[in-house]
Amino acid sequence: MWSGFPLFPEQASTMAGRVDALYIALLAMAAFFSVLIACLVIGFAVKFRRRSPGEIGVPIHGNFTLEAVWTAVPLAIVIVVFFWSAEIFFSMARVPPQAMEIYVVGKRWMWKVQHLSGQREINALHVPVGVPVKLLLTSEDVIHSFYVPAFRMKKDAVPGRYATMWFQATKPGRYHLFCAEYCGTKHSGMIGWVDVMEPAAFQAWLTGGGTGSLAGEGQKIFQSLGCVTCHRADAQGRGPRLEGLFGRTVTLASGEEVVADADYVRESIVTPAAKVVAGYQPVMPTYQGLVSEEGVMQLMAYIQSLQEPAAKGAPLAVAPPEAAPPARARARQP
Amino acid sequence: MSAAAVLPEPPPPKTNYLNVSYGVKSWLLTTDHKRIALLYMASITVMFALGGTFAALIRLELVTPPGDLFQAETYNKLFTLHGVIMVFFFLIPSIPATLGNFLIPLMIGARDLAFPKINLLSWYLFMAGAGFAAWSLINGGVDTGWTFYTPYSTAFSNTHVISAAMGAFIAGFSSILTGLNFIVTIHKMRAPGLTWFRLPLFVWAHYATSIIMILGTPVIAVTLMLVMVERGLHLGIFNPALGGDPVLFQHLFWFYSHPAVYIMILPSMGVISEVVAAMARKRIFGYGIVAMSSLAIAIIGFLVWGHHMFVSGQSVYAGMVFSALSFLVAIPSAIKVFNWTATLYKGSVSYDTPTLYAIGFIGLFTIGGLTGIFLAALGLDVHVHDTYFVVAHFHYIMVGGAIMGYLGGLHFWWPKITGRLYPEAWGRVAALIVFAGFNLTFFPQFILGYMGMPRRYHAYPEEFQVLNVMSSAGASILGLGYLLPFAYLGWSMRYGRAASANPWGAKGLEWQAASPPLTENFEVQPVVREEAYEYAHAPQERAVV
Repeated sequence: MWSGFPLFPEQASTMAGRVDALYIALLAMAAFFSVLIACLVIGFAVKFRRRSPGEIGVPIHGNFTLEAVWTAVPLAIVIVVFFWSAEIFFSMARVPPQAMEIYVVGKRWMWKVQHLSGQREINALHVPVGVPVKLLLTSEDVIHSFYVPAFRMKKDAVPGRYATMWFQATKPGRYHLFCAEYCGTKHSGMIGWVDVMEPAAFQAWLTGGGTGSLAGEGQKIFQSLGCVTCHRADAQGRGPRLEGLFGRTVTLASGEEVVADADYVRESIVTPAAKVVAGYQPVMPTYQGLVSEEGVMQLMAYIQSLQEPAAKGAPLAVAPPEAAPPARARARQP
Repeated sequence: MSAAAVLPEPPPPKTNYLNVSYGVKSWLLTTDHKRIALLYMASITVMFALGGTFAALIRLELVTPPGDLFQAETYNKLFTLHGVIMVFFFLIPSIPATLGNFLIPLMIGARDLAFPKINLLSWYLFMAGAGFAAWSLINGGVDTGWTFYTPYSTAFSNTHVISAAMGAFIAGFSSILTGLNFIVTIHKMRAPGLTWFRLPLFVWAHYATSIIMILGTPVIAVTLMLVMVERGLHLGIFNPALGGDPVLFQHLFWFYSHPAVYIMILPSMGVISEVVAAMARKRIFGYGIVAMSSLAIAIIGFLVWGHHMFVSGQSVYAGMVFSALSFLVAIPSAIKVFNWTATLYKGSVSYDTPTLYAIGFIGLFTIGGLTGIFLAALGLDVHVHDTYFVVAHFHYIMVGGAIMGYLGGLHFWWPKITGRLYPEAWGRVAALIVFAGFNLTFFPQFILGYMGMPRRYHAYPEEFQVLNVMSSAGASILGLGYLLPFAYLGWSMRYGRAASANPWGAKGLEWQAASPPLTENFEVQPVVREEAYEYAHAPQERAVV
């Protein structure tokens, strides 16, 4: 009868077991103290019950040793819990450098997913088992939160900025994908499935159907919006060259140095005047509203794919996900 | 007057604060802290009934997985109004504005609060705020959640956000004025001999609460004002499309709203200290430490707001600092629980209704506090953040803690407030029903949360149904438990036996005043010659300042 009464969600990522271990330890701690307090309160209440209407208690003002013990013991426990949980949190924040990148946009009320190969999906995410996957998250409108209980992972998709989350699935299967941040009318309908597949099946899924690669789509936008007229490969344009830009440190007109990461590239498209590269005029118009968040991500994929020609004869379009440029740049959060 | 059995001992005075004058005007223009407390009590009882009705409708919808009872918009408005009403219009004023207002002058031997007219003004501000909230409710409601997160609240919601925010904004000033009044009163109006460390712990708890009210509430007022400005005038503050920062809102909002939880729980802790001392007829174990732990909670409580934002994009290092501070704020709470428990040792424990609520409080607050450790734990919070685990945790604190404390205090001081005794047997039965119903409602939600059910979901996957049905069943028991006191306390106001000045045989100046007290509280200025909770007769020398 209780088989349909699970107490834990499935464990399907490298993080799940670690989070559950901490949870079980805390449950044991909480159970111990709850039972201890309950036994003492009920025990004292029974043993020292009032036996005559005029009875009074024994005046005891306190005991320094006891106070010290019940201050020190909880303090010691929370210090251990702090380091234990912070260690897990750091692992969650530190994206493995070889992680496969997937772009996700939250939009009332759906999750739109783009793979570098050009595959797109809505309210579904296909990933291979055993491979670290990095999601670059943003929102088109309000705050959403990408939540996969089986992975024990959650991250808010905040409009106007990129957030990163990563996981490595450990077990093929279908797992719930929820929006965890209230986002309006159909918040509870903003759900879907994460399909964890064997690597071979995933490769087959990636190549089945779909348009060109994400970078290829980005290149089309780059042409149609006329970006190419200023950002010229021969460095003769009014804007800086973009070849080899991604992940590099650039010097701004203010003298400040910034790493050209995903947030920087997005900002330079949406509000170009915010950070102007040294030696250039702030002449670029804003593209806010002219290109969707998904389009910005496609442009990002295209700009990432632009290598210095000298580096090697790199292909323009990045077909296999492993060839994604360094993910290191986004390990830090704003 | 019906044939109420009058106790033989002290003949009750002919006039008291209740019968000194009659008529609507004598209540609406009163500056008596006791009458204002009753005005508040009536108002927040209506609010509690309203918020409770919304809760019942929410639990009814969640009996089945699909969203089949209400439209999604309606459901979203229900949980928003449940939150707004319960937080801003019931829990925050609950104990301070009713029991605190009534008892602080009595406990310190004063005639009234320092600023009686400001006290009345704060009730009118509260009613004005409630009026705005009612206006948004009648005109179609609001659907942002009580948290008003941006940019949803400022740019996307089509509901009455401005009037609801205005309601909370105005009610905030009522809270600020109450806090101000309490602080000045406690500083300046203590009876001769009533030194700081002779104050009842209820007064210490309210002193700590008042600090939060004065320092925290202006921040939420400014924040809600900014929401109204952005929504009404399209000034970019929080909306990234206008150049704003949505996470900034969360920082500002939680800077108040986390300490606000301590506005709800600290007064309740004060009630529990009084009840435990009186029902064990014994000084609170570690009095000084319990008093200081209230202040520690109030101060550290201001530095933990970032634990609401571990997954919002706040930096990893900020997350660590907020996590560490959140663990730290758990320590004074743990100290209080241990001290209350130790107080029972070698006490003379009665099993009256207030004791049952106090014991219930200790149990539920312990669970609520311990699950707070889970949420402060960074790596674990990532999973349970914004799930039913959080919902269960804060209901253990706000309902299991704050409301149990309110009900316990209401029963404990009911004879003082009304001059009547409530029916004890009914009181015990109701306390047990509330305790059982509460646990059945909210304990399953911890499991639901760890299973991954997000909060604020109108419809949910089928595997969550069993636990949701349990929770809804518990809610109906809890609802019954709340209706009972409403019925028998109401009955006792007219038909209850007349109460003596000190029916519990308790210490504290409020028990030296008549039941119900005179308008001026005491016939002669009381002078304090002993420590707080001095149940054993202390030698007179020790009692001199």
